[in-house]
Amino acid sequence: MAVDIAVVDYGMGNLHSVAKALEHVAKGASVAVTGDAQTILEAGRVVFPGQGAAPDCMREIDARGLREVIVRSAREKPFLGICMGLQVLFDHSDEGDTPCLGVFQGQVKRFSQDKMVDAQGSRLKVPHMGWNNVLQLRPHPLWAGIDNGARFYFVHSYFVVPEQPALAVGYTDYPSQFVCACARDNVFAVQFHPEKSASAGLRLLANFVTWNGIPA
Amino acid sequence: MGLAKRIIPCLDVTAGRVVKGVNFVNLRDAGDPVEIARRYDEQGADELTFLDITASSDDRDLILQIIEDVAAQVFIPLTVGGGVRQPGDVLRLLNAGADKVSINTSAVTNPQLVKDCSGRFGSQCIVVAIDAKQTVWGANPKWEVFTHGGRRATGLDAVEWGKKMQELGAGEILLTSMDRDGAKIGFDLNLTRAFSDALNIPIIASGGVGNLQHLADGVVRGGADAVLAASIFHFGEYTVEQAKRAMAEQGIEVRL
Repeated sequence: MAVDIAVVDYGMGNLHSVAKALEHVAKGASVAVTGDAQTILEAGRVVFPGQGAAPDCMREIDARGLREVIVRSAREKPFLGICMGLQVLFDHSDEGDTPCLGVFQGQVKRFSQDKMVDAQGSRLKVPHMGWNNVLQLRPHPLWAGIDNGARFYFVHSYFVVPEQPALAVGYTDYPSQFVCACARDNVFAVQFHPEKSASAGLRLLANFVTWNGIPA
Repeated sequence: MGLAKRIIPCLDVTAGRVVKGVNFVNLRDAGDPVEIARRYDEQGADELTFLDITASSDDRDLILQIIEDVAAQVFIPLTVGGGVRQPGDVLRLLNAGADKVSINTSAVTNPQLVKDCSGRFGSQCIVVAIDAKQTVWGANPKWEVFTHGGRRATGLDAVEWGKKMQELGAGEILLTSMDRDGAKIGFDLNLTRAFSDALNIPIIASGGVGNLQHLADGVVRGGADAVLAASIFHFGEYTVEQAKRAMAEQGIEVRL
């Protein structure tokens, strides 16, 4: 029987938290942490998480034969990318000069160490780790009930630069603006970790598990 | 607006219970770990750190069950440390629901472990815990790294050691002043400042918090990215929310 939510497991990072958070907000739904192509293709919706480095992520995706499955899922059903699951949707990452999935057009760049100074002149650390404000650029069903500017938990050293500005649905300052949430059709993908972002994050996940995949 | 400074309650766990001591000894029972974790989450804690100080290896696996139970109910980052000796220990903790694993004694006995684990699991989940004790006072102070819960001197200079851990891939440093731990007279701000100036990765200040001004001092004067405290929260002196409001009043970015 098809599962309600497939969490794509390609060996990159702790998926336990994502699965637990989804089970917490989607009472009674079946959540499978899986690397099985058939299970992912048959699932009602797909969550694509990931931690670690871009070259490792892409290597593991290909080693498990999941490239086509992920790209197809991103065309067909409600799809949520998290952290590396946002970055590798783009064409290319500067991390290890890595060609990625090309679902979205654009690049993944590193925070430049020498420009990391805030308005008070304090040095900002890389990775960008902790709770930062997410500004919503336009309404979306996944933002429902979440304050514009709510804090989410981030941990990353690279960020996405979409070719088309319309892809961006959220941004964060560190110290200049970067895009932290992208959406198109049935796909929503975020740089932060909703599964670790307390009530704001749980609300976003709850919005996802009931989303029909239509942007507005 | 901007990245918030984090407040991290720390839970020392032994044989399934949270305890708190003074200068690493005289342990007092502080309660059930899952219950305490939920309470801190409700108060707005930004992260939780669990340090497994279980002496007997028979009871070591108790922490895995605790982390699993906490991770099913509390959706903020969880760091777990204590007794981590090999990549397999890191993997078991991550699989139980930890987001970050803290390595202390084993980083000294086997620095390659930090490199291997950050390479395999990512820097974002490898915290190196450093227990430091001041050995030189005056204009050019120095601190030495201690291991085995503060019982064994290593001869290593703490700041140099921190830089080496950063090079090997540590994503964050949990910096504890042994001179201040449990003493409630505030962080060793010179130590905290020495680390935050010398390193590019986030520094969590620990050891010595006795009141809310101490937390603010750790950020403003010590330059810490996060502050960790145990006893002021465990015994109900202050809530995490009170701590955050006190920091916000001094112009520090916090998540409220």
